[in-house]
Amino acid sequence: MSDRYDVSEAEIQAWADGRLEAARRAEVEAWLAAHADEAERASAYRNLNEELRARYDAVLQEPVPARLERTARRGARWRSLGLAAGWALLGIAVGVVAGWQLRAVQAPAPRAAQPEAPPIVRRAALAHATYAPEVRHPVEVGADQEQHLVAWLSKRMGGEVRAPKLDGEGMALVGGRLLPGETGPVAQFMYQCARGRRVTLYVRTEAPDHRETAFRYARENNVRVFYWIDRTFGYALSSADLERDELLKLANVAYRQLNP
Amino acid sequence: MSDAQSLVELIPRLRRYARALVGERAAADDLVQDTLERAWSKLHLYRRGTDLRAWLFTVMHNVHVNRLRAARPADPLEDEMPELAQRATQGDALMVRDLERAVAALPDAQRQVLLLVALEDLSYEETAQALEIPIGTVMSRLARAREKVRQLMYGKGGTKLQVVK
Repeated sequence: MSDRYDVSEAEIQAWADGRLEAARRAEVEAWLAAHADEAERASAYRNLNEELRARYDAVLQEPVPARLERTARRGARWRSLGLAAGWALLGIAVGVVAGWQLRAVQAPAPRAAQPEAPPIVRRAALAHATYAPEVRHPVEVGADQEQHLVAWLSKRMGGEVRAPKLDGEGMALVGGRLLPGETGPVAQFMYQCARGRRVTLYVRTEAPDHRETAFRYARENNVRVFYWIDRTFGYALSSADLERDELLKLANVAYRQLNP
Repeated sequence: MSDAQSLVELIPRLRRYARALVGERAAADDLVQDTLERAWSKLHLYRRGTDLRAWLFTVMHNVHVNRLRAARPADPLEDEMPELAQRATQGDALMVRDLERAVAALPDAQRQVLLLVALEDLSYEETAQALEIPIGTVMSRLARAREKVRQLMYGKGGTKLQVVK
């Protein structure tokens, strides 16, 4: 049969990677629809990407061996010492302010005696570790379509979902995505600073009989998480890039916007 | 952010790639450690403002290649091998369903391309730069790598690997 479209092997690969422009993708898909063997092959390639992620993303969650961290910091010891002292001071300042504002900030459990994290923390940290490292596809809907994104997620979540503005803290909205949760759809918003450090806000619907909670902190491997529950939603703000105090500052801003 | 902090933050991603590349945890972490050491000694070669992560993959690639050279002679033909030569292995009925084993069975050059694209989500251009090869070679290695893994995992021996024009 004569083909209406010429599709190269490179384009089949690019289709599997989701890297074709929309118009070309439609043409390639039309071609695949007429070529069952090639369609099966292309789908297998696409699945392989997912299987690789499913297998190896867990490595992102593993604690970093001390020897690697030492090597990464080599040559910058004095600078990092100064930096650490700076963060510690800032941390104390932020902590005092946050404690006064929220009153119910829980003292974080010492790391050695950390109790098992609640499900929202584990799921939020996992979702963060899965999508925050993405270079090309960090979100499903970008911040350029923020209205659409928020309307779509609100519709699927069955309640008005909002993406807090963190621009004042140097964190711009990248976009968001819908994820499967334990009891229904979950929303994830992603933010990024100019240096490429990322934070995600995980939002899930809470059962009507739940109790509102104060701010809580947990650490799931290398992902730090602040979480709280209000009348309708449970929120978890996660980052593997930010220090606890930086994250707390962002959590405060988000909390105040979401619970005016 | 300091260079040290940037490097620390990228460790989990380097570890993910290294784990998939060499398989075993200790060996993978050794590769990451050597990469970090080399990155410090070569930091003056890193161009500010470009993607540090992509540059680190280049460094890791060089470290990895040097280790392989030290361990065994490289196979210069692995890239030029015609499709037919690969297809001859179908008769072995290798039903390697396990993803790790299928990926491990790839020639090193193909495995690197597959992992940088599919796992690390580097663009084809970034992959070409990281591995210091032309983009056409990226695409051909990617195609071969995927087809081989597919055959190993699902035993698609009978499918015709026609060249699609």
